[in-house]
Amino acid sequence: MLTDNEVIDLEVKANNIRESIISMLLEAGSGHTAGPLGMADIFSLLYFKILKHNPKKPDWIDRDRLVLSNGHICPVLYATMAHVGYFEISELQTLRKFGSRLQGHPHREYLPILENSSGPLGSGLSQAVGMALADKISNNSERYIYAMLSDGEHDEGNTWEGIMLGAKYKLNNLIAIVDRNHIQIDGNTEDIMPLGDLKIKWESFNWHVQEVDGHNFRAMEDAINEAKSVSDKPSVIIAITIPGRGVKEFERDYKWHGKPPNYDEADMALKELRTLGGKIISEHQ
Amino acid sequence: MLNKDLNLNEKMFDADVEQVPIRKGFGEGFLIAGDNNEQVVGICADLTESTMMHLFRDKFPNRFVQVGVAEQNLATVASGMAAMGKIPFISSYAMFSPGRNWEQIRTTICYNDRPVKIAGSHAGISVGPDGGTHQAIEDIAITRVIPNMCVISPVDAVQAKLATIACAITPTPTYLRLVREKTAIMTTEKTPFEIGKSYIYWQPMNNNIATVGIIATGALVHKALLAAAELEKENIYVVVLALPTIKPLDTDGVLEFIKNNGNKLNGIVTVEEHQIAGGMGSAIAEFLVQNNPLPMRFVGVKDKFGQSGKPEELIEHYGMGTKDIIKAVKELL
Repeated sequence: MLTDNEVIDLEVKANNIRESIISMLLEAGSGHTAGPLGMADIFSLLYFKILKHNPKKPDWIDRDRLVLSNGHICPVLYATMAHVGYFEISELQTLRKFGSRLQGHPHREYLPILENSSGPLGSGLSQAVGMALADKISNNSERYIYAMLSDGEHDEGNTWEGIMLGAKYKLNNLIAIVDRNHIQIDGNTEDIMPLGDLKIKWESFNWHVQEVDGHNFRAMEDAINEAKSVSDKPSVIIAITIPGRGVKEFERDYKWHGKPPNYDEADMALKELRTLGGKIISEHQ
Repeated sequence: MLNKDLNLNEKMFDADVEQVPIRKGFGEGFLIAGDNNEQVVGICADLTESTMMHLFRDKFPNRFVQVGVAEQNLATVASGMAAMGKIPFISSYAMFSPGRNWEQIRTTICYNDRPVKIAGSHAGISVGPDGGTHQAIEDIAITRVIPNMCVISPVDAVQAKLATIACAITPTPTYLRLVREKTAIMTTEKTPFEIGKSYIYWQPMNNNIATVGIIATGALVHKALLAAAELEKENIYVVVLALPTIKPLDTDGVLEFIKNNGNKLNGIVTVEEHQIAGGMGSAIAEFLVQNNPLPMRFVGVKDKFGQSGKPEELIEHYGMGTKDIIKAVKELL
């Protein structure tokens, strides 16, 4: 279990990642804000504590694989990868610019350390299912496949096709994490296309399901450990998150799904993040 | 006369010419590809026997994945398997894959540059009685337009087998276009086939100079050869280029084809069981208009949907029969 100090350390790291997200979005002048801020805690936990990986050897064959399905939240992926040492933090400021490795939606031709290119929604889970299935066929139990999904992309039929196939082949080397933040670009998920009780839905498709506070590092760590202990099914963790987390003005407002902050908004957000909402002093100060 | 150097089937013009579905060649080739490399896997969307994937499934059950009627899943699961080192072959009817799952193929296979092999069976109008919903006549257009994609349209079952074995060892996303019904066997196992190469199947007899070049792909190469034989009886000489690989286009081969005839060709007729818009003929026109412009005629479907009928009836009705090819050639004399 994470110690108190480890939890504080992760909070600080997630906060630094959020600062990077705000800075890169301001510089880019376009992109998505709410999802990346909401997922900063989970990405920090995964890259700093959970994933078997090595930023100095990105092509290490036995590394765990993380498939980002909802590619539009890539600022959190890029920022986390930079903070964990895959590339310089300064490169984050090239997001969405001509010639950048950090394409507006991830493209592994530009940044080969990515496991997949993504952006069009609904196809990430199936790619992760394919990866997990390939390892089952090869009797390779060296690694886990993590699929990062949004709640909105449950509108896509392809997502449910992946859910069915994962259960059919009992892919216990597959862990899906759903960002249940209740927003999508046009509004709240329950207004746009009601998803209802995702826990019951995934359970009825024969997945091992846990519903967890996505901002609680210990609860998320426990859930991932439990997922790894399941022997006959794939696992999904429905992570309840707050979109825009860390910046009160942005939190829970779907209008922040698909737009970047302007200069004043970014300034305000960075001030709030630098004091962790007044809670602790960030290492920047 | 048939090109003697290519070991073509000498009996191809006989009334009782051997006829085999092109998809059968795929099924046999896929089995050999599976024998050659244990990383080769098969994924099917509830059409295993129709696409002849059952031969592989029965021999390698542990390397076969059944996804159900879910073509989007078919493509995306294959992308994931390829990311882990597998060489996935996916099969369905061409209308559904690469039809329905086009964006998944574009993004997760081609944009990711994964070596997934897409076998689209029941391509073309000669699907017959199933009718227009199941007749893929847009598939060449939608696949050749995607960067990184290789597009192969074998002329018969023998070549389909060779093409399947050949594409299993390339690192390239590949679309294999397969026809459902029995079609005439034109090649033998000794007939050369290489991905990216075109071959002159017919040339004028007695050193006569050809006045028109025919470029054909898929099973309609047979009609093109029948047309060439008919025209020869009228002392009209043509050359016929078989173009099994549509992308990458054999640009050297096409130029050589034109120049070897002393640049005497009046024009080119392209023949394909596909919409004229965006198909193989369009690919040829895109190339020639910039490099060696010649008048062209396009034999193919003229912006119509298909309908139920016997394959032969449909080929005639939609203007892709021997007489249509002859007519197109004569327009260029």
